[in-house]
Amino acid sequence: MSVLDVRVWRGTEDGAYQAFEVPRQASQTVLDVVTHIQRALDPTLAYRFACRVGMCGSCAMTVNGVARWTCRTHVDKVAADDRLEIAPLANLPVIRDLVTDMSTFFDKWARARGSFSGTRSRRDDFARVAPQSPARRDVDAAIECIGCGVCYSSCDVVAWNPDYLGPAALNRAWTLERDERDAGRAERLRAVAGDAGCQACHTHMSCSERCPKHIAPTAGIAGLKREVVRAALKGEL
Amino acid sequence: MSRRGEALLWLAQRASAAVLALCVVVHLATMIYAAHSGLDAAAILARTRGNLPWLAFYSLFLLAVTVHLPIGLRAVLSEWLGWRGRSRDATLIALALALAGLGMRAILGVFG
Repeated sequence: MSVLDVRVWRGTEDGAYQAFEVPRQASQTVLDVVTHIQRALDPTLAYRFACRVGMCGSCAMTVNGVARWTCRTHVDKVAADDRLEIAPLANLPVIRDLVTDMSTFFDKWARARGSFSGTRSRRDDFARVAPQSPARRDVDAAIECIGCGVCYSSCDVVAWNPDYLGPAALNRAWTLERDERDAGRAERLRAVAGDAGCQACHTHMSCSERCPKHIAPTAGIAGLKREVVRAALKGEL
Repeated sequence: MSRRGEALLWLAQRASAAVLALCVVVHLATMIYAAHSGLDAAAILARTRGNLPWLAFYSLFLLAVTVHLPIGLRAVLSEWLGWRGRSRDATLIALALALAGLGMRAILGVFG
């Protein structure tokens, strides 16, 4: 049986990599590797996971320099020469080892007005949204975000401008801007405009390339840019 | 700067980029033609002096540069040097005016 040379980040921002040897298995995921290290080699290793099937968005890490969801990343696909370097997500403060503090990430969803504000009560009938309408299709394309932080960690603009809302929060805002039932759209456009908002995106598209759910936040951000400019020209911003 | 101001700057940069895309192609084609057809300075000046379409084209080109460059540099200064606020914007307005002044001087020098 072959062995994987694994280097894992230990400590906080001032930490260092620690080397481990992990037995190679068929169909092994990067999360399996981290779990093996914690269960068999060093129980003090801190990392985060929950569902193991690509739904919860909690196990994202930097694997050989690229942010990935580790539960659905097969070692075969990423470990050239049976080497793995596993680090916490970039652009977020490190709490310990592979665990980052995601408060800023989720606070930005709130800053981008990422919550639905409806107008109907439980006594009203269901809203009827045509599934084939352009707005609904835009929502469909962007709605499956699991909040893993891969896009945020891969974004150059977040690294350069820490106030920038980031791809995930803006993608969420876009799904609500295109939701015809939502009553807070004008207010949301104001929230995503400005120096730290959608106009700061340079369209590098790292978010779209790395999103494990194959969402293209860049497309949503481009839509927000158009909506914001329209509102600015009408004096509604 | 206000949210509206930021959005309009973004629009101005995109619009000026569209103008630049056209102007740069025309400018390069003209330069290559002038260099390869053996025109000397006197022959070029004979074509540009008093040529109003030429003046209008290069004035538009200069306007697009004057709008486009400072807005792009604004993002570079913020993101790479962390320079924000009024001092940055005032410096960039001064740069834009200098570009416009020097550019117009060059255009009028060849037109007049």
